[in-house]
Amino acid sequence: MATTAVTPERANYLNAEYGVKSWLLTVDHKRIALLYLLSVTLFFFLGGFFALLIRLELLTPAGDLMQADTYNKVFTMHGIIMVFFFLIPVVPAVLGNFLMPIMIGAKDLAFPRINLLSWYLYVIGGLLILHCMLTGGVDTGWTFYPPFSTSFSNTKVVEAGLAVFVSGFSSILTGLNFIVTVHRMRAPGMTWDRLPLFVWANYATSIVMILGTPVVAITIVLVALERTLHLGIFDPKLGGDPLLFQHLFWFYSHPAVYIMILPSMGVISELITCFSRKRVFGYKFVALSSVAIAVLGFLVWAHHMFVAGMSLYAGLIFSFLSFFVAVPSAIKVFNWTATLYKGSISFTTPMLYAFGFLGLFTMGGLTGLFLAALGVDVHVTDTYFIVAHFHYIMVGGVLMGYLGGMHFWWPKISGRMYPEFWGKLSALIVFLGFNLTFFPQFILGYMGMPRRYWQYPPEFQILNVLSTAGASVLAVGYLLPMIYFVWSMRYGKPAPDNPWNAAGLEWMTSSPPPTYNFDETPVVTWEAYNYEELNKKEEVPVER
Amino acid sequence: MSDSEVAVHNPALRHHFAEVEQQRNASSLGMWLFLVTEVMFFGGMFCAYLVYRTAHFGDFAAASSTLDLKLGTINTAVLILSSLTVVMAVWAAQTGKQKALVMYLLLTIVLGLAFLGVKGVEYAEKFEKHHVPGPTFHFAGAIPGHPDHPADPRHAEMFFSLYFVMTGMHAVHMIIGIGLFAFLAFKASRGAYTPAYFTPIENAGLYWHFVDIIWIYLFPLLYLIDRHK
Repeated sequence: MATTAVTPERANYLNAEYGVKSWLLTVDHKRIALLYLLSVTLFFFLGGFFALLIRLELLTPAGDLMQADTYNKVFTMHGIIMVFFFLIPVVPAVLGNFLMPIMIGAKDLAFPRINLLSWYLYVIGGLLILHCMLTGGVDTGWTFYPPFSTSFSNTKVVEAGLAVFVSGFSSILTGLNFIVTVHRMRAPGMTWDRLPLFVWANYATSIVMILGTPVVAITIVLVALERTLHLGIFDPKLGGDPLLFQHLFWFYSHPAVYIMILPSMGVISELITCFSRKRVFGYKFVALSSVAIAVLGFLVWAHHMFVAGMSLYAGLIFSFLSFFVAVPSAIKVFNWTATLYKGSISFTTPMLYAFGFLGLFTMGGLTGLFLAALGVDVHVTDTYFIVAHFHYIMVGGVLMGYLGGMHFWWPKISGRMYPEFWGKLSALIVFLGFNLTFFPQFILGYMGMPRRYWQYPPEFQILNVLSTAGASVLAVGYLLPMIYFVWSMRYGKPAPDNPWNAAGLEWMTSSPPPTYNFDETPVVTWEAYNYEELNKKEEVPVER
Repeated sequence: MSDSEVAVHNPALRHHFAEVEQQRNASSLGMWLFLVTEVMFFGGMFCAYLVYRTAHFGDFAAASSTLDLKLGTINTAVLILSSLTVVMAVWAAQTGKQKALVMYLLLTIVLGLAFLGVKGVEYAEKFEKHHVPGPTFHFAGAIPGHPDHPADPRHAEMFFSLYFVMTGMHAVHMIIGIGLFAFLAFKASRGAYTPAYFTPIENAGLYWHFVDIIWIYLFPLLYLIDRHK
């Protein structure tokens, strides 16, 4: 099976069935992953379109492209789409869905039909937000803060809330499915300390998904009820407390940042070990730091509210805990660096993305420490410093991990190789474009430019022009992979089963895998990332 | 495929599981995790309730004392009884008592509907007394133990807002549960559940118990705030 290079028609999940129905009613996790891939990509470019509008407006100090009302709707739509319809599902629902069962040697997720239901919920939420966008939009910001959202905004808050609510259940069901799958579906011999780190990362993510998402769901329901039925929950007129909303909202929405970044961290662990040809340094620490981030991530939410009127003592505690959550993240970065040490590193496209991740995530993480410090935070709250900080994590970190992972597993997903030259070029363009876009925003924010305004004083223009220029470079960097991935599906070289000579069960099945992933249930007798063994045998171990 | 032999033995075994036991464990774990998400879902409301109850205790107590304690108590008893019938249904499924299974499921549905009926009577009373939040809301009660100290109607309105949201969300869960049991009773009457396969009954039972437990917390929190005075 391994030596026959030209067998493109081997039975696999892609050619098992044809037709629209075979896709829309599929329960195969790999096909559902591709459904997600299509839909999140659509939303990514839609959210990117709004980002483009923002950057174009900010090219000049005056409000010339649009007025304040439109600008408010544009940044709200950018936020809602990118957070709820792209960043949160992207890595778990695409790469996680595709890889989790294969990596643990299972035929599918524990609940394949619920998995399909997740995708449909995502699509329904997506259609709702599209409808909301086309019929007037919403101007509350993606955070829906009352009393503005409940009493004053004249835009479609309820519909946008409903969209977030429905897509939230998509995320809850995905998390539930992953946890049960990891607990119950592992192949014989696949013990917890042999799990790939990508699985650990997604497991930790799933914990956050099932514990956090229901809270934001009920919070949005309360906002909607207060808005439509005039119940008194957060309304200060009745003695209600808008701060309570912020607490409930950030109880989910801060951990949501970890929903976004943890799976990408998992991807990076896979990439760095593979392209350093070494076992990951401190496997247990990297694995458990994911869980630690998930747990500690729940204890830091109020650092979004340092200037909101919260008690100073609460502020002190949340400040301390926010510093504390940096520890497991730092453990990961140090362990990745230690993995690189004396490794035989190859600069393939996925590895370039991984390096990009390391740089951008470290920048984002360290500036996060500035913000965890009460004094600095008060100075830069609601400025572009914050905007730059979370884009370094959420775009720099998450997207670098996602794109790195997409290149790494593309041969497995599509059965074709992507063009390496263009891949490297895209990694370079994304890295440069990203820094050009967002580094100036750190300076802008530190100089005092507030976020969410459509105009600004003329002295901020140079940096804003740099940022807009960077955004257009970044756009090219994101369009490139989409073009050559589509190109490669037809013209790419057929991929061997294990093009990277990588460890992990996903590389021991064919590319693309058959519908039930393995012809025979694998029995795992080796440790994770056994690159020392793999290096000895130059050839892929395929005695299956 | 080696699974096909097993599949002949139990048609309920789905393709991606190796054995029935694994499938049962997965379903059960999935249900428990779903209940965890439900706890968090209701947790948001309980959190809001506790914050405001602490902040406006006297007014909340005044508003709470207008609730119908008798109807609330009856409903509590009805729900606990329905939990018993659910347990009996699971037992009947386990031991293969086909008719008893259908009967207990139907009995649970009847008790659930009875609960909703009583709840409806209570809601109607709120409309009559203008205790429904909104422009027509009116409240003129005194803080319990302080007859000359009138309660703040704005805070009373918040109490009733939370009352309607929490009991309303609970009622929505009851309606879903009743629908679930109707479906299961229909399937059970056609012999879908055997001692070898009754996971859906078990899981629906877990869900029902959860809905019960939510009420067990709602009842004292909403009805019994300050009744000893």
